[in-house]
Amino acid sequence: MKNLPLLFCGIFFALAFSFTGLILSSNIQLGSLTQTTEMQDENGNNMEGETLYPLTAPGLAQQGKQVYIEMGCIYCHTQQVRRAGFGADVERNWGPRASVARDYILQDRVLLGTMRTGPDLMHVGGRPLNKDWHHLHLYNPQITSPGSTMAPFAFLYETREIDGAPSANALKFPPNSEYSPEAGYEVVPTRRADALVEYMLSLKLDYSLPEAPIAE
Amino acid sequence: MSEAPQINSQSASPYSSNDAEVRAELSEIDASIRTSALFFTVSAIFWLLAGTVFALITAYKAHEPSFMGDSALSTFGRMRSAHLNAMALGWGNNIIFAVGLWIMARLCRSPIRHGGLLLIAGIFWNIGLTVGIVGIIMGDITSVEWLEIPHYATPLLALSYALIGVWGVMAFKFRKGEHVYVSQWYILAGLFWFPWLYIVAQIMIIWFPARGVVQSVTNWWFAHNVLGLWLTPMALATAYYLIPKVLGRPIYSYYLSVLGFWALAIFYNWAGVHHLIGGPIPVWLISAGIVASIMMVIPVIVVGLNHHMSVVGLHKEVWRSPTLRFVVFGAISYTLVSLIGSSMAVRSVNEITHFTHFTVGHAHHGVYAFFSMIMFGGVYYMMPRLLKREWPSAGLIKLHFWGSAIGISVMLFALHVIGWIQGVQMNDATIPFLEIVQNTIPWLKARTISGVFLTVAHIAFAVNFFWMLFAAGAVRAKQGPTLLDSAKEEGVA
Ligand code: HEC
Ligand code: HEM
Ligand SMILES: [Fe+2]
Repeated sequence: MKNLPLLFCGIFFALAFSFTGLILSSNIQLGSLTQTTEMQDENGNNMEGETLYPLTAPGLAQQGKQVYIEMGCIYCHTQQVRRAGFGADVERNWGPRASVARDYILQDRVLLGTMRTGPDLMHVGGRPLNKDWHHLHLYNPQITSPGSTMAPFAFLYETREIDGAPSANALKFPPNSEYSPEAGYEVVPTRRADALVEYMLSLKLDYSLPEAPIAE
Repeated sequence: MSEAPQINSQSASPYSSNDAEVRAELSEIDASIRTSALFFTVSAIFWLLAGTVFALITAYKAHEPSFMGDSALSTFGRMRSAHLNAMALGWGNNIIFAVGLWIMARLCRSPIRHGGLLLIAGIFWNIGLTVGIVGIIMGDITSVEWLEIPHYATPLLALSYALIGVWGVMAFKFRKGEHVYVSQWYILAGLFWFPWLYIVAQIMIIWFPARGVVQSVTNWWFAHNVLGLWLTPMALATAYYLIPKVLGRPIYSYYLSVLGFWALAIFYNWAGVHHLIGGPIPVWLISAGIVASIMMVIPVIVVGLNHHMSVVGLHKEVWRSPTLRFVVFGAISYTLVSLIGSSMAVRSVNEITHFTHFTVGHAHHGVYAFFSMIMFGGVYYMMPRLLKREWPSAGLIKLHFWGSAIGISVMLFALHVIGWIQGVQMNDATIPFLEIVQNTIPWLKARTISGVFLTVAHIAFAVNFFWMLFAAGAVRAKQGPTLLDSAKEEGVA
């Protein structure tokens, strides 16, 4: 090749095209999305609801998201629900509907993820898993899910001698669990564990959007 | 010691090294870049070993989750990210700076200027990377895939990279001769594309986060293009340089090279969105990604054909040359991995493979079986010319080759098979999730075993390398190059 200007222009425009087509244009299309109160009624007509969706997450949950980021949970968990008929996300109760772009607009860091070593967590707060379950699971997944390959995050908990009455927030191990602490000791969550569980409980996809109604 | 290996003594392309004048010129160019090329190679090998350790820990933790489970420092996510960044930015980038810039300098036929600047930029690159990986392990990981390095290290990386890139472009500017060889297009383009991708991704995701999933689109535009517009062009440039050099005959078709280059430049760009198929982004974006991914079949077939036609009939030579054994393994892998990649973009396939180990297998098919194998070949070719010494042990080269070839084959087989099973089973809501998790375990163990093979290979490579580098006196002065079968004793050239 001898035509160097052509080579340079080609190299430049090749990337400029995709940058414009993918990044700038999606920034224009999606960057203007806002929260909405609109939802659909039973007949599929748009109507005004009361609440602005998506909701802003409460402060402690925001801190929990930071813990989620630091612990690298994203490398085993996605936060995106594919539409019914494409995969079995909805059938597995990972969410009542597909997640759409508007669901993520309030997030400073979007954690879609690409790997499902563990289940999708977009709607984990909407599943019948309470705080106690989450703490036991994080402390050691073998307690709640024997055979899991999720790592224990026991270092987010503190094992300490019971001083007088047991603490209210101490982990409630199942009877005779091989993971319970020695007699006279208890396991309590650190603030980070509390925040992380709060974050898990805040993840819900239980609201309709005009472009993504929840089928009854 | 003979100046050029016998096997390529009639090397015809890009420049005949038969010509004494050209040889003297190359020798002068080699001398001018020696220090920085050695620095980059040593750094690359160091990162390769570090990345291997992180890889083994990660692979083992995937089936023994409580292993090293008592500390936040060694959690799966951090070890995995330390592995990815050590390999991609440590091994990958350093070896590109070594082999790619050396090839660029040779093809530009001009001794390099300001080699000191290159060396300093290289030192800063590695400092930035060390800070970044320590940061990841300490918990400042960003959890943005392929961009895990914390914000306090990235400006240093971007800056030192810019210096290295500018340096490469300058080498090009001062080139001699009219003709610009295909390797030079690829290297020039890669040097230009990478910083653009990196800086846009940093700005739109970390510094001034774009709204919602625009971040994700940017993320995969970047991450996919690191492979497609950075590692791939550099590996292809290396293959395009080495195949004719070693075999002593020109690349099969100039027009196929042109076509392959432009098709890659135009299509690869758009393909990144295939990482978001089924995701919460507008359908037209995804469709663009799918179309581009499928169009990639064109450059892949073209490049594959061109490489294949260039080596056809010379399989013995390929097998005997350490360089070509690795390079051809890599070139074949390029065709395979790309065709598999294109089919993974088809919606009905992607529905199965998307969130599974299949993708991880595919990633290693690309970065290891294609990119890394070609770069190993590049090091085997470059070092004797930089040091004017031969590789001390053919046995270690063979160990490296077989360790890598067997290891990566086992890994790819295991991850593709279990990824597919995992995908099919996840799409069947009647199968309990934990059962699927259980099914993956034996295959993940197979991956750990494959990691042992790869580790042995990397150690053999490193030992041979440092032996060559430091034990100058011990290296036997040989008549010819280190080749890989007994034919060399019979003096076959
Ligand atoms: C090595 C991969 C891995 C990592 C890292 C990981 N998980 Fe998991 N996770 C799993 C697997 C496998 C399961 C399914 C089995 C189980 O319930 O433990 C799971 C299940 C879960 C569940 C239960 C979901 C449900 O619907 O049943 C929650 C909640 C969860 N993980 C949260 C987390 C959080 C929070 C982190 C980071 C602190 C994390 N995970 C890190 C693999 C992982
Ligand atoms: C020593 C041999 C190696 C082993 C045992 C190994 C193992 C692993 C493991 C366990 C993971 C995490 C996968 C997961 O999340 O489940 C991974 C990811 C990754 N590795 Fe390696 N690896 C090796 C070599 C390499 C090399 C040489 C490179 C690059 C040049 C590389 C690039 C990557 C990339 C890019 C990912 C991320 C994959 C993705 O995002 O899908 N690996 N590796
Ligand atoms: Fe990709």
